[in-house]
Amino acid sequence: MSAIAHTDPNAAAGGWRSVVADWSGDRQAFQVPWGKAMMWIFLLSDTFVFSCFLTGYMAVRITTTAPWPNPSEVFALTIGGQSIPLILIAIMTFILITSSGTMAMAVNYAYRRDRVRSAALMIVTALFGACFVGMQAFEWTKLIHEGVRPWGNPMGAAQFGSTFFMITGFHGLHVSAGVIYLLTVAARVLAGRYEQGGNYQIVEIAGLYWHFVDLVWVFIFALFYLW
Amino acid sequence: MDHASAQQHPISLYLKVWALLFVLSTFSYLVDYFHFQGLLRWLLILVFMAMKATLIVAIFMHLRWERLALIYAILLPPLCVLVLVALMAIEGDYTFLTRATFFANGP
Repeated sequence: MSAIAHTDPNAAAGGWRSVVADWSGDRQAFQVPWGKAMMWIFLLSDTFVFSCFLTGYMAVRITTTAPWPNPSEVFALTIGGQSIPLILIAIMTFILITSSGTMAMAVNYAYRRDRVRSAALMIVTALFGACFVGMQAFEWTKLIHEGVRPWGNPMGAAQFGSTFFMITGFHGLHVSAGVIYLLTVAARVLAGRYEQGGNYQIVEIAGLYWHFVDLVWVFIFALFYLW
Repeated sequence: MDHASAQQHPISLYLKVWALLFVLSTFSYLVDYFHFQGLLRWLLILVFMAMKATLIVAIFMHLRWERLALIYAILLPPLCVLVLVALMAIEGDYTFLTRATFFANGP
């Protein structure tokens, strides 16, 4: 792979010329390790899954004639006798962003071959993720107690429940899978599995997945909770 | 192997982006907290959302340091979703008007 890059004069070119050079000539189009390319393609397909969910949510929210429940009030928490709108969701957002930050640093330390720090940061990331899922479970429990069901709720449009459980549930499933994924990679890094080859690409690939989960939350937070 | 494609950037860069994401999230939360309504609310939400998404994809996922062939392969296909969104918005409006006309007195 790197041999081709060195012999092809077009490979060094920038802009459109590099796109043409990479796609033509009947050879490898993406100058990255296959694992990374595959993760990107998986994430692209996942983008379409979440896009379809959010578009479906948009469609039912437009079409319903019943008033849509106000997320600001539905997700408010009473802390110290004061009702603070959307506070739990805000904390969840900050937790997920923080976990993305620690993951980015884990990738950095992995490439420096500092495997103890890298694994520690990955475990911290996984703990933040588990914390996020826990808070989501709390949120679900609260809403279910208030009578929100996939087929109806006391606050307004029936479609609120179905879209809420489907979108946040699917996202929570991604976070849960990510926690297991990160813990697995962290254990392998810590055990020195990649020490001999010195190739820590796997940490960056796991990181791509984790940042994607954070990315999807950015869209859910904006379009579902704030809209 | 792969020293050319190994992403190596100073930790401070990640800390800066992290701080920026915190600030942007706070801003989008404040949009709700201060009850901005109507067009301004939607505009602010979308702007902050786009800025956060760009930071995550460009810096945390290292996409800005990848070759253009990979960048286009990742970023161009999701634009098709915008067509779906436009179609569903038009269809949704039509369904809403139909429902308002025929089910106005309740089901």
